[in-house]
Amino acid sequence: MAIRRKLIAGITSLLSVMLSGVVQAASKLNMRPGVTETSLEAYDLHMMVIWVMVGISVVVFGAMFYSFIKHRKSKNPTPAKFSHSTKMEIIWTAIPILILIYLTIPSVKLLIKMEDASNPEMSIQVTGSQWKWHYKYLDQDIEFFSNLDRSIKTDDPLYLLAVDNELVIPINTKVRFLVTAEDVIHSWWVPDLAVKKDAIPGFINETWTNVPTPGTYRGQCTELCGKDHGFMPVVVKAVSKADFKKWVAGKDAERMVAEKAAAAAAAASWDMDKLMALGKETYDLKCASCHKVDGTGIAGAFPALKDSAVAVGPVETHMSIVVNGTSKGMQAFGKQLTDAELAAVITYERNAWGNNAGDKVTPADIQAFKAGN
Amino acid sequence: MSDHHPTGITRWLYTTNHKDIGSMYLWFSFIMFLVGGAMAMVIRAELYQPGLQFVDPGFFNQMTTMHGLIMVFGAVMPSMVGLANWLIPMMIGAPDMALPRMNNWSFWILPFAFTLLLSSLFMEGGAPNFGWTFYAPLSTTYGPPSTDFFILGVHMMGISSIMGAINVIVTVFNMRAPGMTLMKMPMFVWTWFITAFLLIMVMPVLAGVVTMMLTDRHFGTSFFDAAGGGDPVMFQHIFWFFGHPEVYIMILPAFGVVSEIIPAFSRKKLFGYSSMVYATASIALLSFIVWAHHMFTVGMPVAGELFFMIATMLIAVPTGVKVFNWVATMWQGSLTFETPMLFSIAFVILFTIGGFSGVMLAMAPVDFQYHDTYFVVAHFHYVLFPGAIFGTTAAVYYWLPKWTGKMYNEKVGKIHFWLSMIFVNLTFFPMHFSGLAGMPRRIPDYNMMFADFNMWASIGAFGLGLTQVFFLVTIIMAIRGGKKAEEKQWDGATGLEWDALPSPAPYHTFSTPPKVD
Repeated sequence: MAIRRKLIAGITSLLSVMLSGVVQAASKLNMRPGVTETSLEAYDLHMMVIWVMVGISVVVFGAMFYSFIKHRKSKNPTPAKFSHSTKMEIIWTAIPILILIYLTIPSVKLLIKMEDASNPEMSIQVTGSQWKWHYKYLDQDIEFFSNLDRSIKTDDPLYLLAVDNELVIPINTKVRFLVTAEDVIHSWWVPDLAVKKDAIPGFINETWTNVPTPGTYRGQCTELCGKDHGFMPVVVKAVSKADFKKWVAGKDAERMVAEKAAAAAAAASWDMDKLMALGKETYDLKCASCHKVDGTGIAGAFPALKDSAVAVGPVETHMSIVVNGTSKGMQAFGKQLTDAELAAVITYERNAWGNNAGDKVTPADIQAFKAGN
Repeated sequence: MSDHHPTGITRWLYTTNHKDIGSMYLWFSFIMFLVGGAMAMVIRAELYQPGLQFVDPGFFNQMTTMHGLIMVFGAVMPSMVGLANWLIPMMIGAPDMALPRMNNWSFWILPFAFTLLLSSLFMEGGAPNFGWTFYAPLSTTYGPPSTDFFILGVHMMGISSIMGAINVIVTVFNMRAPGMTLMKMPMFVWTWFITAFLLIMVMPVLAGVVTMMLTDRHFGTSFFDAAGGGDPVMFQHIFWFFGHPEVYIMILPAFGVVSEIIPAFSRKKLFGYSSMVYATASIALLSFIVWAHHMFTVGMPVAGELFFMIATMLIAVPTGVKVFNWVATMWQGSLTFETPMLFSIAFVILFTIGGFSGVMLAMAPVDFQYHDTYFVVAHFHYVLFPGAIFGTTAAVYYWLPKWTGKMYNEKVGKIHFWLSMIFVNLTFFPMHFSGLAGMPRRIPDYNMMFADFNMWASIGAFGLGLTQVFFLVTIIMAIRGGKKAEEKQWDGATGLEWDALPSPAPYHTFSTPPKVD
C-alpha cells in the first residue's frame, strides 16, 4: 500500500508540475493525504478514481480527437452510413458497470469503517453556534468555546485558520465526537483527519478519529451558517498521551482560578465607570459584529439596541435575552461570558449611545438571575 | 397570409404564438443570465484576493444566493422552455403548442416572479442570504424578512414551470403530425418530453417545501425545528427530492440539443437513437432515487449512505451510453466545425469532465472530503455552464437562421466560442484545486494557500462575463444585418423544421399537418 501510494504520489506530482508549469507547487494541486488511517485510505480511493477517470478520458477523448482529425469533411467527404450496433452498445454498457463495481467495493468497505464510531476511548461533544465552536470533554470536566483568532493578518499562513482555544486530543486514542448545534446547521471538518460531520440543532451526530501523529490540524466550517460562516475555523491539536494529561491538569487549575475570580468579581463593588468600561470592551468583541459598534444593528436582520424597548425596558427581560438567548436567533451568552462580563455588557447596553435606563447590573444580579432561572 | 401577426406591445402581451412566446422566454432568460452573471462578478471580485475588499460577508451571502436562484430558475430553466416553444411544434409538425393561452400565462408569470425576488435586494435586512438551497433553519428562524418574497417568487416560477411542462406533454401526445410516431420524434423532443415529466413530478415538491417554510416562519408549525418535534434534515430530504431531478431538468434538453447538432455536422445519423431514448428515460428515473447523495454528511444511517452511493454511481451507465453514442455519431462522419458544432463538442467534453467529478462525489467516503468545498462548485459549474448553457448557446447558433432568416457571422461566432471555451475552463478548472486544497464553498474570505486558484478563477470569470456580452452583440448583429439564411442552412440538418419550412419560419406553420414517412 505504502509503495503504491508513493508511486501514485510521485506520478501525480510529476503530472501536476507539467500541468501547472512554474506557477504552482505540485503539492497544492491535490488533496492532502492527511494523517489518519481513514484519511489515507480516502486519499488512496481519491487517487484511484482519478486515475480511472483519466484512463476513460484518454480513451473517449482520444477517439473524439482522432475523429476530428481523420473524419473531417476534407479528409472524409463521404460519411459512413451506420447508425446502430447492438454489439458496441452492449460493450459500452457493460464496461462502465464493471468499472463502477471496481470503484464501489473499496468505497463500501471504507464507508463502513468510517461510520463505525463504536468503542471509543473518549468522547467530546462538539457544538456549533453562530460563529464559533464549543467543545465539551465528556470524560473530563472541561468545556470551552473556540473562536477565530482575529488578530492574525491576511498575509499570515494561519489567516482564518487559527483559534483562541484549540481542541486538544491525545494521539493513538479513538476519540468520538458528538456533533450538534445551537442555532443553525454547521459542519465540522478537519481535512487531515477526513472527518466532516454536520452539526444539526436538536440532533446529535457521531463521528470519530484516531490520530497517530502529534500535530495541529486545521479545518473550517463547511455548511453555510450565516454572515460569518467563513470565520469559524476548526483547530485540532493532537498531543502525546502524557502531554494530554498535563493539559487536562492545567485546565483544571485554570478552572479553579476562574471560579475564584468570578466569586471575587461578584463580591467586589462595581461602580458605573468600571461596568461601562468592561461592558464596552465585551460588547465590541462579542456583540458588535451583529448589533454594530454604535448599537444600530442591521435592519431586518439584527435588531438595533439603541433606543430599543429591550435596552431601556425592564432589566429582567434584558438579562433573560442576553443570558438565555431567544428563539429568533439571539445566542445564549450565559455560558460564553463571565458573570462580570454579562453584568457589564448589559449595563453598557442600557446606558450607551444615548440609552438612558440609568440603572446598573452587577455580577451579583446576574448570579441571582441565573439561580432563579 | 401565414406571416400576418399583430403589432406593437399587445402582440407580445396577448400572444398565444409559440414562436413569440419562445422568443420572449429566450430574451428573458438572457437578461436574467446577465443579471445573475453580474452577481457572479461581485462574488469573483471579492474573492480575487484574500481579505475583505468590496462587500461585507452578509451581502456576499446575498450575492451567492441570488446568483444561484437567478441562474437556475431565471436563466437556465426559461432558456430551455424557450427552445421547447420554438422547436417542439416545428419538429413534430404541429401548428402551435396544445395550450396556447396557458403558454402565454406561463411566460408572463416569470417577469413578476423575478421582480418579486429581485426586489428583495432593496428591502430591510437584504435579500435571501441562505444559499440557493435555502436550508432550514437558516432560511426559516434565521431568514431575513424578504424570505417571504422569495417563497412567493418560487411559488410563481413553479406554477410557470408546471404549466410549461403540461403544455409540452399535451403537445407531444396530441399534436404530432400523422406518421410522426413517438420513436420517430427528434431527440430534442424526446429529452424535453421526459424533462416535462420530471418537472411535473418535482415542482410541486418544491412548492411544498417552501410552503412548509412559510408556515414554520409565520404560522407556528415546526416542520424543520427540533424544538417543536420537527427535523432540519427533513428539509434537505424534501429539497433534494426536488433538487436532484432539477439538475436533470436543466441538462436533459441540452442533451437533446447536441443530439440534433452533432449528427448535422457529422453528416451522419445519430448513433443508437433508441438507446439514447432509453438512456434519457433511465437517467430521469434514477434521478428520483439518488437525492441524498447531496447529504452524505448529515448523519444518515450507513445503510442509507450505501444505497444512495450505489444508486448514484449507476447514473454513470446511461450517461456513459449517451457520451459514447455521440462519439460514435462523429466516428467516420464527415465533420465540419461551425459554431454550433464547436459548442456541442465542447459540451460533450466538458460535460463529461463534470460527470467524472460527479462519480467522484458519489463515492461517499471520499465525498466527506469533497462535500461543500469548491470541488463541488467546480463540478456543478462544469455541468451547468459548458453543459446547459453551452447547449443553449449551440441551439441559438444552430436554429437562429431558421428563427430569424438571418445568418450570424461565422468568424465572430467562432471567436465567441473560443473565448468562452478558454474562459470557462480558466474560471472553473482551478476551483477543483482550491476545493481539494480544502477551501469551503460560500465563504467571502480565505487563507493565502487558496489565493492563486482564486485569482485565476476571478480573471477567468471576468473574461467569461465579458464574452457573454459579446454573444449578445453577435446575435443582435445577426438579426439586424446578417446575411439571408437558406431554407436548409446546414447541409447535414434533418427534421421537419429544415425540410418542410422556409427560413425564417413563417409566423404560422403547419396549419395543415405535413406528411411524415
